[in-house]
Amino acid sequence: MTSRRIWVWTDFAEGLPHRLSLELLVPARALGSAEAIVLRPASDDALKTLGDHGASIVFHGDDSAYDEFIAEPQAATLASLIEQEQPDAVLFPSTFAARDVQARLVGKLGVGVIANATGIAFDGDQLQVTVPYGAETIGTITIDGSGPAIIQVRPKSFTSEAVGGSAEIRPVSIAVDSSACRVQVLENVVQESEGPNLEEASIIISGGRGLGKAENFALLDALAKQLGAAVGASRAVVDAGWIPYSHQVGQTGKTVKPDLYIACGISGAIQHIAGMGGSKRIIAVNNDPEAPIFEHADLGVVGDAQVVVPKLTEALARL
Amino acid sequence: MGIRKDESTLMKICVCVKHIPDPTMSMVVDPQSRRLVRSRGQSILDPSDEFSVETALRLVEAHGGESVAITMGPEGAEDALRRAMAMGIDRSILINDDALAGSDVLSTARTLAAVLASEQPDLVICATESTDAYTGMVPGALAELLDLPLVSFARSVSIDGSSISAHQDTERGYRVVQSPLPALLTVTASIAEPRYPSFKGMMQAKKKSLERVDAASLGIDAGSVGEAGARERVLAIEKVRQEKQGRTVVDDGSGSSVDEIVAFLKSIQVV
Ligand SMILES: Cc1cc2nc3c(=O)[nH]c(=O)nc-3n(C[C@H](O)[C@H](O)[C@H](O)COP(=O)(O)OP(=O)(O)OC[C@H]3O[C@@H](n4cnc5c(N)ncnc54)[C@H](O)[C@@H]3O)c2cc1C
Ligand SMILES: Nc1ncnc2c1ncn2[C@@H]1O[C@H](COP(=O)(O)O)[C@@H](O)[C@H]1O
Repeated sequence: MTSRRIWVWTDFAEGLPHRLSLELLVPARALGSAEAIVLRPASDDALKTLGDHGASIVFHGDDSAYDEFIAEPQAATLASLIEQEQPDAVLFPSTFAARDVQARLVGKLGVGVIANATGIAFDGDQLQVTVPYGAETIGTITIDGSGPAIIQVRPKSFTSEAVGGSAEIRPVSIAVDSSACRVQVLENVVQESEGPNLEEASIIISGGRGLGKAENFALLDALAKQLGAAVGASRAVVDAGWIPYSHQVGQTGKTVKPDLYIACGISGAIQHIAGMGGSKRIIAVNNDPEAPIFEHADLGVVGDAQVVVPKLTEALARL
Repeated sequence: MGIRKDESTLMKICVCVKHIPDPTMSMVVDPQSRRLVRSRGQSILDPSDEFSVETALRLVEAHGGESVAITMGPEGAEDALRRAMAMGIDRSILINDDALAGSDVLSTARTLAAVLASEQPDLVICATESTDAYTGMVPGALAELLDLPLVSFARSVSIDGSSISAHQDTERGYRVVQSPLPALLTVTASIAEPRYPSFKGMMQAKKKSLERVDAASLGIDAGSVGEAGARERVLAIEKVRQEKQGRTVVDDGSGSSVDEIVAFLKSIQVV
């Protein structure tokens, strides 16, 4: 039997392959030949990064339309490429751009799709994908029927790894059809936030409605500064306008997996846990001893976050 | 299949909504069918869909026109449609057929596409992802099947003549995108605060039109959808209860717990 061909659709961030795409080269390599798909202009360095992380082939289409128009040009090219090359699976990261391309591809090819995967394996010829449902149930799912398995993988399900390979670059010359150029990007606005990036921070301090008011996020900022941490939030306080959406952790916000997550005045709703339950260690500060967040905590502090947080900041400053 | 925009400036907007098990209650998976257990009394209009409904209402208020809610689901899903109509949606369509139970992403999208193709709206609105299935794949697949541009993850939206502009969430901010109409839009929770149905709205909703359609009337072959046609198959379901045996300290209100916290931070080498 020839080796399976596992494709990884590559998203980009600041001119380089997105770290969530690099993570996907890990299962791709474990399952067969890892091949990266890059549809957009990209530097040699960017393409090299993919080889370095285990891609044996990089398919590269460098038409700028892929970047200027959302999803449709990419989905069209990808569908043609899949028909020519017949990969066994195509893995997508959980990024905004990936979802649009992936979902259109499913409609175009008329195939099955699995989202939110945390593990991928083959048992003989049968694909077996692990998907968590909520915080307490895990399913194993397969896809029947012809066509490649289209799978979206949750962030941080794998740890990306530079293995020091180099990839063969294969140019993709499929022409972009102007009828696919409909959703145009007019402007890209970066909203800088201070401190470390939420998804890369090793410590996160998050606040919820228990902080009482927007101004009390300053208490978290002070503690975060002391610990070199990033500041996260529950959706309740994001919806209340206390802090921008980019700080939201949870099912409809960011998925984080820091070494330490400190939840202050957060009840621990299942949608919040969905985004941070994988943290290595969790400290919860909540004045309700029955708060569900305590079921997930390594250290539970029953107390007033508005008192405990500033006191902790003071104590750490004295160390 | 496709949707075209006619010359009139009035907007016809279709909103795809779901009736889902109340997300504040814990999920139950039936070990036999390996599907989520859905009971009518404990199910609600997906909270994510309230943002789509609100967006549709505001756009129709601004431009004139008609709003239609559509769902594919069991008989009880009528409740979700009534709720959407109580918020202000004009009429609704319930796609209900035993053959459709257990439909996967593609079958769901194909079924919704069949209804939408006959409705010919200027705009289709979906949530970015449903709270129960949570794949986020239906809207994009639907856009492809209807040959519509997809404007996704919108935090704000405006319509100008025959085009739609939106601020679309990105990892580090947003981008401004523009597309011709007709189009499919997915909205996030920051788009607009959903209104609460008024008592009058709830009374009116009982009388608004709710059309029922089945697979056959849509020209859908029953064997190609639902459980029978599903491409994804659940092999196993496992319960993982991961309650931690953590330690608890009670603060006396003066910050007395701080020493314990510092000791914990030291034990894990954070300080
Ligand atoms: C479709 C959907 C998606 C969602 N996505 C997300 C998501 O991505 N992220 C998310 O976070 N939520 C999400 N939610 C919302 C979620 O269900 C909860 O409503 C939300 O997480 C609650 O936020 P909270 O814990 O800040 O507020 P609350 O639930 O109101 O909890 C506040 C907590 O603070 C405690 N408290 C009060 N005063 C103090 C004090 N002085 N000191 C210490 N503790 C105090 C209280 O005991 C309480 O436990 C989603 C919901 C839905 C339906
Ligand atoms: N059965 C359905 N009926 C109507 N709309 C649906 C259905 N399933 C999915 N959708 C739409 O697609 C969105 C995303 O769903 P999902 O892809 O399941 O996460 C939902 O929020 C709805 O707008």
